[in-house]
Amino acid sequence: MSEWWKDLYTVLKEADVKQVGYVPDAGHSKLINACIEDADIDATVLTTEEEGVALGAGAWLGGERGALLMQSSGVGNCINMLSMNASCRMPLLMLVTMRGQWGEFNPWQVPMGQAIPEILRQAGVLVYEVDQPDEVGPTAAQAARLTYFSQKPVAVLLSQRLVGSKSFGK
Amino acid sequence: MDAKRGETFPLRRREVVEKLLSDRGDLLVVAGLGACAWDITAVGDNDCNFPLWGAMGGAVMIGLGIARAQPDRRVLVLTGDGEMLMGVGSLATVAVKQPANLAIVVLDNERFGETGMQTTHTAARADLAATAAGLGIEAVATLTDEAGVDAVRDRIHNHQGPSFDVIKIRAENHAFSLPPKDGAYLKDRFRIAVMGKEAATL
Repeated sequence: MSEWWKDLYTVLKEADVKQVGYVPDAGHSKLINACIEDADIDATVLTTEEEGVALGAGAWLGGERGALLMQSSGVGNCINMLSMNASCRMPLLMLVTMRGQWGEFNPWQVPMGQAIPEILRQAGVLVYEVDQPDEVGPTAAQAARLTYFSQKPVAVLLSQRLVGSKSFGK
Repeated sequence: MDAKRGETFPLRRREVVEKLLSDRGDLLVVAGLGACAWDITAVGDNDCNFPLWGAMGGAVMIGLGIARAQPDRRVLVLTGDGEMLMGVGSLATVAVKQPANLAIVVLDNERFGETGMQTTHTAARADLAATAAGLGIEAVATLTDEAGVDAVRDRIHNHQGPSFDVIKIRAENHAFSLPPKDGAYLKDRFRIAVMGKEAATL
Protein backbone atom coordinates (compact mmCIF):
# COMPACT_ATOMS: atom_id res chain seq x y z
CA MET A 1 0.00 0.00 0.00
CA SER A 2 1.57 3.22 -1.13
CA GLU A 3 2.26 5.72 1.58
CA TRP A 4 1.87 8.79 -0.59
CA TRP A 5 0.47 10.67 2.41
CA LYS A 6 4.01 10.71 3.77
CA ASP A 7 5.16 12.46 0.61
CA LEU A 8 2.51 15.12 1.21
CA TYR A 9 3.69 15.54 4.79
CA THR A 10 7.25 15.94 3.56
CA VAL A 11 6.07 18.61 1.14
CA LEU A 12 4.34 20.53 3.92
CA LYS A 13 7.45 20.40 6.09
CA GLU A 14 9.89 21.31 3.34
CA ALA A 15 7.67 24.19 2.26
CA ASP A 16 7.51 25.41 5.86
CA VAL A 17 3.73 25.33 5.98
CA LYS A 18 2.75 26.46 9.47
CA GLN A 19 -1.04 26.45 9.41
CA VAL A 20 -3.14 23.57 8.11
CA GLY A 21 -6.91 23.77 8.04
CA TYR A 22 -8.95 20.64 7.49
CA VAL A 23 -12.35 19.09 7.38
CA PRO A 24 -11.53 15.44 8.04
CA ASP A 25 -11.60 12.95 5.23
CA ALA A 26 -10.72 9.27 5.33
CA GLY A 27 -8.19 9.68 2.55
CA HIS A 28 -6.40 12.37 4.53
CA SER A 29 -6.68 10.83 7.97
CA LYS A 30 -3.01 9.85 8.34
CA LEU A 31 -1.80 13.20 7.04
CA ILE A 32 -4.20 15.03 9.35
CA ASN A 33 -2.93 13.05 12.34
CA ALA A 34 0.65 13.79 11.39
CA CYS A 35 -0.14 17.50 11.26
CA ILE A 36 -1.96 17.39 14.60
CA GLU A 37 0.94 15.63 16.25
CA ASP A 38 3.53 17.98 14.78
CA ALA A 39 4.37 20.72 17.26
CA ASP A 40 5.53 22.97 14.44
CA ILE A 41 2.25 22.80 12.53
CA ASP A 42 -0.87 24.58 13.76
CA ALA A 43 -3.64 22.21 12.65
CA THR A 44 -7.13 23.68 12.78
CA VAL A 45 -10.33 21.67 12.48
CA LEU A 46 -12.94 23.60 10.51
CA THR A 47 -16.72 23.56 10.59
CA THR A 48 -16.74 24.14 6.84
CA GLU A 49 -14.05 24.19 4.18
CA GLU A 50 -14.50 27.87 3.35
CA GLU A 51 -13.13 28.64 6.82
CA GLY A 52 -9.86 27.12 5.64
CA VAL A 53 -9.61 29.56 2.75
CA ALA A 54 -10.04 32.51 5.09
CA LEU A 55 -7.65 30.94 7.61
CA GLY A 56 -5.01 30.64 4.90
CA ALA A 57 -5.52 34.29 4.01
CA GLY A 58 -5.04 35.29 7.63
CA ALA A 59 -1.96 33.13 7.90
CA TRP A 60 -0.46 34.86 4.85
CA LEU A 61 -1.31 38.31 6.20
CA GLY A 62 0.50 37.30 9.38
CA GLY A 63 3.52 36.00 7.50
CA GLU A 64 2.88 32.25 7.54
CA ARG A 65 2.10 29.69 4.85
CA GLY A 66 -1.26 27.93 5.01
CA ALA A 67 -2.68 24.79 3.46
CA LEU A 68 -6.15 23.26 3.27
CA LEU A 69 -6.88 19.54 3.38
CA MET A 70 -10.33 18.46 2.24
CA GLN A 71 -12.41 16.09 0.21
CA SER A 72 -13.84 16.96 -3.18
CA SER A 73 -17.30 17.30 -1.67
CA GLY A 74 -16.09 20.33 0.28
CA VAL A 75 -14.54 22.23 -2.58
CA GLY A 76 -17.80 23.90 -3.57
CA ASN A 77 -17.95 25.45 -0.13
CA CYS A 78 -14.76 27.38 -0.90
CA ILE A 79 -15.66 29.15 -4.08
CA ASN A 80 -16.89 32.52 -2.79
CA MET A 81 -14.02 32.83 -0.37
CA LEU A 82 -11.49 32.10 -3.13
CA SER A 83 -12.46 35.41 -4.71
CA MET A 84 -10.41 36.97 -1.93
CA ASN A 85 -7.32 35.07 -3.07
CA ALA A 86 -7.84 36.42 -6.57
CA SER A 87 -8.58 39.98 -5.44
CA CYS A 88 -5.75 40.16 -2.94
CA ARG A 89 -3.22 37.87 -4.65
CA MET A 90 -2.89 35.38 -1.82
CA PRO A 91 -1.64 31.81 -1.99
CA LEU A 92 -3.26 28.63 -0.73
CA LEU A 93 -2.09 25.05 -1.10
CA MET A 94 -5.23 22.94 -1.48
CA LEU A 95 -4.82 19.17 -1.16
CA VAL A 96 -8.04 17.52 -2.26
CA THR A 97 -8.89 13.84 -2.02
CA MET A 98 -11.30 13.04 -4.81
CA ARG A 99 -14.58 11.19 -4.67
CA GLY A 100 -17.13 10.55 -7.38
CA GLN A 101 -14.47 9.53 -9.88
CA TRP A 102 -13.28 5.90 -9.73
CA GLY A 103 -15.79 3.22 -8.82
CA GLU A 104 -17.72 5.56 -6.57
CA PHE A 105 -20.49 3.91 -4.57
CA ASN A 106 -22.20 7.06 -3.31
CA PRO A 107 -24.01 8.86 -6.16
CA TRP A 108 -24.14 12.12 -4.20
CA GLN A 109 -20.37 12.39 -4.50
CA VAL A 110 -20.41 12.33 -8.26
CA PRO A 111 -21.59 15.87 -9.11
CA MET A 112 -18.79 17.66 -7.27
CA GLY A 113 -16.22 14.99 -8.05
CA GLN A 114 -16.79 15.50 -11.75
CA ALA A 115 -17.17 19.28 -11.72
CA ILE A 116 -14.24 20.27 -9.55
CA PRO A 117 -11.40 20.83 -12.00
CA GLU A 118 -13.45 23.25 -14.07
CA ILE A 119 -15.08 24.93 -11.08
CA LEU A 120 -11.72 25.53 -9.45
CA ARG A 121 -10.18 26.88 -12.65
CA GLN A 122 -13.13 29.23 -13.04
CA ALA A 123 -12.48 30.39 -9.50
CA GLY A 124 -8.88 31.28 -10.34
CA VAL A 125 -7.20 28.23 -8.88
CA LEU A 126 -4.38 26.42 -10.69
CA VAL A 127 -5.28 22.73 -10.80
CA TYR A 128 -3.06 19.65 -10.93
CA GLU A 129 -4.50 16.15 -11.01
CA VAL A 130 -2.55 13.14 -9.78
CA ASP A 131 -3.51 9.52 -10.08
CA GLN A 132 -0.16 7.74 -9.72
CA PRO A 133 1.33 7.29 -6.25
CA ASP A 134 4.85 8.21 -7.30
CA GLU A 135 3.64 11.49 -8.78
CA VAL A 136 2.03 12.71 -5.57
CA GLY A 137 5.22 14.02 -3.97
CA PRO A 138 6.64 15.85 -7.00
CA THR A 139 3.27 17.34 -7.96
CA ALA A 140 2.56 18.59 -4.46
CA ALA A 141 6.09 19.94 -4.10
CA GLN A 142 5.83 22.00 -7.27
CA ALA A 143 2.31 23.08 -6.29
CA ALA A 144 3.65 24.44 -3.01
CA ARG A 145 6.39 26.37 -4.80
CA LEU A 146 3.94 27.64 -7.36
CA THR A 147 1.37 28.91 -4.91
CA TYR A 148 3.70 30.59 -2.44
CA PHE A 149 5.74 32.28 -5.19
CA SER A 150 2.91 33.25 -7.53
CA GLN A 151 0.39 34.01 -4.78
CA LYS A 152 -2.28 32.16 -6.75
CA PRO A 153 -4.12 29.33 -5.02
CA VAL A 154 -3.09 25.90 -6.31
CA ALA A 155 -5.05 22.67 -5.90
CA VAL A 156 -3.66 19.16 -6.09
CA LEU A 157 -6.48 16.74 -6.82
CA LEU A 158 -5.61 13.30 -5.45
CA SER A 159 -7.50 10.87 -7.61
CA GLN A 160 -9.93 8.40 -6.07
CA ARG A 161 -7.85 5.79 -7.84
CA LEU A 162 -5.06 6.61 -5.37
CA VAL A 163 -7.25 6.73 -2.32
CA GLY A 164 -9.39 3.68 -3.13
CA SER A 165 -13.16 3.56 -3.38
CA LYS A 166 -15.02 3.37 -0.08
CA SER A 167 -16.94 0.13 -0.15
CA PHE A 168 -19.65 0.76 2.48
CA GLY A 169 -19.51 -3.02 2.87
CA LYS A 170 -21.14 -3.49 -0.53
CA MET B 1 -38.95 40.01 13.86
CA ASP B 2 -38.68 43.47 15.42
CA ALA B 3 -37.91 45.80 12.56
CA LYS B 4 -38.05 48.92 14.72
CA ARG B 5 -35.84 47.98 17.64
CA GLY B 6 -32.55 48.64 15.85
CA GLU B 7 -33.56 52.24 15.28
CA THR B 8 -33.81 52.84 19.04
CA PHE B 9 -30.39 51.66 20.19
CA PRO B 10 -28.57 54.56 21.85
CA LEU B 11 -25.01 53.70 20.81
CA ARG B 12 -23.77 55.22 17.55
CA ARG B 13 -21.30 53.20 15.53
CA ARG B 14 -18.74 55.84 14.66
CA GLU B 15 -18.41 56.98 18.27
CA VAL B 16 -18.06 53.40 19.47
CA VAL B 17 -15.39 52.57 16.92
CA GLU B 18 -13.48 55.74 17.69
CA LYS B 19 -13.35 54.69 21.33
CA LEU B 20 -12.41 51.09 20.54
CA LEU B 21 -9.54 52.18 18.30
CA SER B 22 -8.25 54.99 20.50
CA ASP B 23 -4.57 54.54 21.41
CA ARG B 24 -4.53 51.46 19.25
CA GLY B 25 -0.78 50.95 19.46
CA ASP B 26 0.18 48.09 17.15
CA LEU B 27 -3.27 46.52 17.10
CA LEU B 28 -4.02 44.58 13.92
CA VAL B 29 -7.59 45.08 12.72
CA VAL B 30 -9.72 43.08 10.29
CA ALA B 31 -13.02 44.72 9.42
CA GLY B 32 -15.94 42.81 7.95
CA LEU B 33 -17.27 44.13 4.66
CA GLY B 34 -19.60 47.09 4.55
CA ALA B 35 -20.18 49.51 7.39
CA CYS B 36 -17.43 48.20 9.67
CA ALA B 37 -14.88 48.73 6.90
CA TRP B 38 -16.12 52.31 6.51
CA ASP B 39 -16.08 52.82 10.32
CA ILE B 40 -12.44 51.89 10.80
CA THR B 41 -11.51 54.07 7.84
CA ALA B 42 -13.47 57.02 9.22
CA VAL B 43 -11.36 56.83 12.38
CA GLY B 44 -8.24 56.81 10.21
CA ASP B 45 -6.95 54.41 7.60
CA ASN B 46 -3.93 52.47 8.79
CA ASP B 47 -1.58 49.92 7.24
CA CYS B 48 -2.50 47.58 10.09
CA ASN B 49 -6.13 47.64 8.94
CA PHE B 50 -7.42 44.96 6.61
CA PRO B 51 -10.83 46.20 5.48
CA LEU B 52 -12.75 43.55 3.59
CA TRP B 53 -14.66 44.32 0.42
CA GLY B 54 -15.90 40.74 0.10
CA ALA B 55 -15.19 37.40 1.74
CA MET B 56 -18.46 37.66 3.65
CA GLY B 57 -18.39 35.22 6.51
CA GLY B 58 -14.62 35.06 6.55
CA ALA B 59 -13.61 37.92 8.85
CA VAL B 60 -13.22 35.87 12.03
CA MET B 61 -11.14 33.16 10.33
CA ILE B 62 -8.89 35.76 8.73
CA GLY B 63 -8.38 37.20 12.19
CA LEU B 64 -7.64 33.74 13.58
CA GLY B 65 -4.99 33.08 10.92
CA ILE B 66 -3.31 36.39 11.69
CA ALA B 67 -3.50 35.79 15.45
CA ARG B 68 -1.90 32.35 15.14
CA ALA B 69 0.85 33.69 12.91
CA GLN B 70 1.54 36.68 15.17
CA PRO B 71 1.04 35.49 18.74
CA ASP B 72 2.74 38.59 20.17
CA ARG B 73 0.35 40.99 18.46
CA ARG B 74 -3.21 41.83 19.48
CA VAL B 75 -5.77 41.18 16.76
CA LEU B 76 -9.26 42.67 16.52
CA VAL B 77 -11.97 41.43 14.20
CA LEU B 78 -14.62 44.14 13.94
CA THR B 79 -17.65 43.03 12.02
CA GLY B 80 -21.39 43.30 11.60
CA ASP B 81 -24.17 40.92 12.56
CA GLY B 82 -24.87 39.86 8.98
CA GLU B 83 -21.26 39.01 8.23
CA MET B 84 -20.89 37.25 11.59
CA LEU B 85 -23.99 35.15 11.01
CA MET B 86 -22.68 34.02 7.62
CA GLY B 87 -19.55 32.66 9.29
CA VAL B 88 -21.04 31.72 12.64
CA GLY B 89 -19.39 28.29 12.67
CA SER B 90 -16.01 29.99 12.80
CA LEU B 91 -16.74 30.81 16.45
CA ALA B 92 -16.57 27.09 17.22
CA THR B 93 -13.32 26.89 15.30
CA VAL B 94 -11.87 29.79 17.28
CA ALA B 95 -13.03 28.22 20.54
CA VAL B 96 -11.11 25.03 19.79
CA LYS B 97 -7.88 27.01 19.22
CA GLN B 98 -8.31 29.38 22.20
CA PRO B 99 -6.07 32.13 20.78
CA ALA B 100 -4.93 34.39 23.59
CA ASN B 101 -4.67 37.44 21.35
CA LEU B 102 -7.89 37.49 19.34
CA ALA B 103 -10.80 39.81 20.12
CA ILE B 104 -14.03 39.74 18.12
CA VAL B 105 -16.42 42.68 18.29
CA VAL B 106 -19.73 42.63 16.49
CA LEU B 107 -21.45 45.94 15.85
CA ASP B 108 -24.99 44.68 15.85
CA ASN B 109 -27.59 46.96 14.29
CA GLU B 110 -29.73 43.95 13.44
CA ARG B 111 -29.47 44.85 9.76
CA PHE B 112 -27.85 44.00 6.49
CA GLY B 113 -26.49 47.50 6.05
CA GLU B 114 -25.31 47.61 2.48
CA THR B 115 -28.27 46.03 0.78
CA GLY B 116 -31.12 48.21 2.02
CA MET B 117 -31.14 47.81 5.80
CA GLN B 118 -33.07 44.55 5.78
CA THR B 119 -33.35 42.91 9.21
CA THR B 120 -31.03 40.09 10.12
CA HIS B 121 -31.70 37.16 12.42
CA THR B 122 -30.64 39.22 15.43
CA ALA B 123 -33.69 41.41 14.91
CA ALA B 124 -35.72 38.28 15.52
CA ARG B 125 -34.45 35.72 18.02
CA ALA B 126 -30.75 35.22 17.42
CA ASP B 127 -28.44 36.13 20.28
CA LEU B 128 -24.87 36.18 19.00
CA ALA B 129 -23.22 36.33 22.43
CA ALA B 130 -25.17 33.30 23.60
CA THR B 131 -24.20 31.61 20.35
CA ALA B 132 -20.52 32.33 20.88
CA ALA B 133 -20.76 31.06 24.45
CA GLY B 134 -22.51 27.93 23.27
CA LEU B 135 -19.78 27.34 20.71
CA GLY B 136 -17.16 27.57 23.41
CA ILE B 137 -15.99 31.16 23.77
CA GLU B 138 -16.01 32.04 27.47
CA ALA B 139 -15.52 35.80 27.46
CA VAL B 140 -18.72 37.05 25.89
CA ALA B 141 -20.90 40.09 26.50
CA THR B 142 -23.69 42.09 24.91
CA LEU B 143 -23.60 45.84 25.39
CA THR B 144 -26.48 48.20 24.93
CA ASP B 145 -25.06 51.36 26.41
CA GLU B 146 -21.98 53.50 26.89
CA ALA B 147 -20.92 51.94 30.16
CA GLY B 148 -19.36 48.81 28.75
CA VAL B 149 -17.43 50.25 25.81
CA ASP B 150 -14.24 51.02 27.75
CA ALA B 151 -14.23 47.47 29.08
CA VAL B 152 -14.44 46.17 25.51
CA ARG B 153 -11.44 48.27 24.53
CA ASP B 154 -9.60 46.88 27.50
CA ARG B 155 -10.40 43.31 26.46
CA ILE B 156 -9.21 44.00 22.93
CA HIS B 157 -5.78 44.87 24.28
CA ASN B 158 -5.46 42.71 27.36
CA HIS B 159 -7.76 39.74 27.61
CA GLN B 160 -5.90 36.45 27.49
CA GLY B 161 -8.11 34.21 25.47
CA PRO B 162 -10.65 34.80 22.71
CA SER B 163 -13.25 37.44 23.53
CA PHE B 164 -16.57 38.12 21.84
CA ASP B 165 -18.43 41.37 22.42
CA VAL B 166 -21.69 42.29 20.78
CA ILE B 167 -22.38 46.01 20.80
CA LYS B 168 -25.92 46.95 19.88
CA ILE B 169 -25.74 50.08 17.76
CA ARG B 170 -28.36 52.20 16.12
CA ALA B 171 -29.48 51.13 12.66
CA GLU B 172 -28.71 54.20 10.60
CA ASN B 173 -26.76 55.14 7.52
CA HIS B 174 -23.54 57.10 7.62
CA ALA B 175 -21.50 58.83 5.00
CA PHE B 176 -19.24 56.40 3.18
CA SER B 177 -15.64 56.54 4.32
CA LEU B 178 -14.02 54.25 1.84
CA PRO B 179 -10.78 52.41 2.44
CA PRO B 180 -8.54 51.43 -0.48
CA LYS B 181 -10.18 48.63 -2.43
CA ASP B 182 -7.16 47.15 -4.19
CA GLY B 183 -6.83 43.84 -2.37
CA ALA B 184 -3.23 43.23 -3.35
CA TYR B 185 -2.25 46.66 -2.02
CA LEU B 186 -4.14 46.06 1.23
CA LYS B 187 -2.47 42.67 1.59
CA ASP B 188 1.01 43.99 0.85
CA ARG B 189 0.82 47.03 3.08
CA PHE B 190 -0.45 44.87 5.95
CA ARG B 191 2.35 42.31 5.51
CA ILE B 192 4.94 45.06 5.26
CA ALA B 193 3.59 46.66 8.44
CA VAL B 194 3.70 43.30 10.23
CA MET B 195 7.01 41.87 9.11
CA GLY B 196 8.93 44.62 7.41
CA LYS B 197 9.52 45.23 3.73
CA GLU B 198 12.27 42.68 3.23
CA ALA B 199 10.44 39.72 4.76
CA ALA B 200 7.15 40.73 3.16
CA THR B 201 8.52 41.02 -0.35
CA LEU B 202 8.50 37.90 -2.50
